[in-house]
Amino acid sequence: MLQHSPVTHEAEADPLPQGAVDLRQESEAAGIAGVLDHLDRDLVGLTPVKTRIKEISSLLLIERIRSRMGLVAVPPTLHMSFTGNPGTGKTTVALRVAEMLHKLGFVRRGHVVSVTRDELVGQYIGHTAPKTKEILKKAMGGVLFIDEAYYLHRPDNERDYGQEAIEILLQVMETQREDLVVILAGYGDRMDKFFASNPGFRSRIAHHIDFPDYSEQELIAIAELILQQQNYRFSADAREAFVRYIALRKTQPLFSNARSIRNAIDRMRLRQANRLVANLDRSLTVADLERIEAADVLASRVFAAAATTRPDSHATGARV
Amino acid sequence: MRLTQGCFSFLPDLTDEQITKQIQYCLQQGWAVNIEFTDDPHPRNTYWEMWGLPMFDLRDAAGIMMELTECRRVYGDRYIRITGFDSSHGWESVKISFIVNRPKEEAGFRLNRQEASGRNIRYTTQAYATDRPEGYRYI
Repeated sequence: MLQHSPVTHEAEADPLPQGAVDLRQESEAAGIAGVLDHLDRDLVGLTPVKTRIKEISSLLLIERIRSRMGLVAVPPTLHMSFTGNPGTGKTTVALRVAEMLHKLGFVRRGHVVSVTRDELVGQYIGHTAPKTKEILKKAMGGVLFIDEAYYLHRPDNERDYGQEAIEILLQVMETQREDLVVILAGYGDRMDKFFASNPGFRSRIAHHIDFPDYSEQELIAIAELILQQQNYRFSADAREAFVRYIALRKTQPLFSNARSIRNAIDRMRLRQANRLVANLDRSLTVADLERIEAADVLASRVFAAAATTRPDSHATGARV
Repeated sequence: MRLTQGCFSFLPDLTDEQITKQIQYCLQQGWAVNIEFTDDPHPRNTYWEMWGLPMFDLRDAAGIMMELTECRRVYGDRYIRITGFDSSHGWESVKISFIVNRPKEEAGFRLNRQEASGRNIRYTTQAYATDRPEGYRYI
C-alpha cells in the first residue's frame, strides 16, 4: 500500500475498477429516478424548474461517482434560491429537493426545517444569535428553507437585528457546507433587491431557480388534480364555468396561483355541501356527492365582483 | 491521575468522529443532549455548569458538535461532558454521560485524614485543583 492517508480509506475499502461504472445501476441505487418521476407527475407545469432540478441531480450523481472513483471532488455548493410569485410551488419543490439530496447522500437526514424571519431574528440585543443558532442546529443534516428571506434585511433600520442573523447564516453556509443546505425563497423582485444589498448571499448560492406563473391551462389541470385527490370531479358545465373563473380571478388582486385554486376548491366544496343539504328530502348517490355543479362555481364572489365592476371598469380592486 | 467518570472513561479519549457517532445514537433514541463543563472534578460534584440549554428536537449530531467546538474554544482547559436525557418516563433522566474534553494535566485527588474522637479517623478526598479559586484551576 502506497497511500496511508486516512482521507482515502473509503476509496481503498471499496475500489471501483477504472472505467466500469454502470450509470443506470448507480442511478437506480440512488433511487433518484423515483423522486424525479414523482416531481414530474405531482407538479403541473414548472418545466424550467424541473429541468434545473434534473440538471442538478445529474451533476450530483456524477459528482458521487467521481468521488468513488477517487477523482478529486470538492463538495459542491448546494445552497439554492427559489424565486417566484406566491403559490408557484416553491415549498413543495423544496421538499422534493431535500428528498433528492438525501438519496444522493449530500445531506445526511433529508428533513426540511421551514422558517421565516420570526424564527431567526430576536426581539432584543443578544436574542438573535441563540435563536438563529438553534434553528441552524435543528436543520443540520437536512435542508433549511427560509421563506420570504428578504424580510431578514430591513434597509430602513440599520440597527435591525436581521443583519446579525444574516451574518451567522452566511458563516454556517460557508463553513458547514456538508452539514446543511440552505434554500432561500421569496418573490422575484424583492429577492433581487435582497441579493443586491447582501452580495455575500448571492455568491454563496449556487443555484438560482425562477418559478414561472402558471398558465390558465395549467391552473385547470391543477384544479382537476386536487379534485381528483379529494374524490370530486367537475360536471362539464362546472369545468367550463371554472375556466371563466380562473380568467377572472387572475385579473383580480392577491391572486396566488395554485394556492388560490386550492382555496377556490375548498369554497366550492362548501357550496356543494350547502346545496346538497338544502334539500333534505332527496336521496344522494355517490355521483351526487362527487360532482361539483356549475352553480357551485358560479356562486363565487369573483363573478359578482366582475359583474359590478364591468360597467365602470376603474374599480378593479373591489373584492369584498 | 486520569478522571474516570461516566461512560467510556477507561477507554482512550474518544475522537471527534467517535463522539459524533455517540451523539447521533443519543439523537436516534430521542434523547435531548446537553453539554456541561466544570473545573471541580470531585465525583460527588454532579451538577456541572451548563453550556446553554439542553438541545431538543435535533436530527443530526453536527449541530451539537458545533456547540462543542464553541465550548472547547471557551473552556478548553476544563472538563467537558456530554449528557443524554431520556424523557420517556415523563421526567428527564440521564441515560448516558461521557467526558469529551480534559485539562492537559489532571492532578488528581488528595486523601485527607481527620483525627476524630477516640482513635477514629475520618477520610475525605479533595481535588488538588480545588486548592485554587474557580477559573484558575487548570491554567
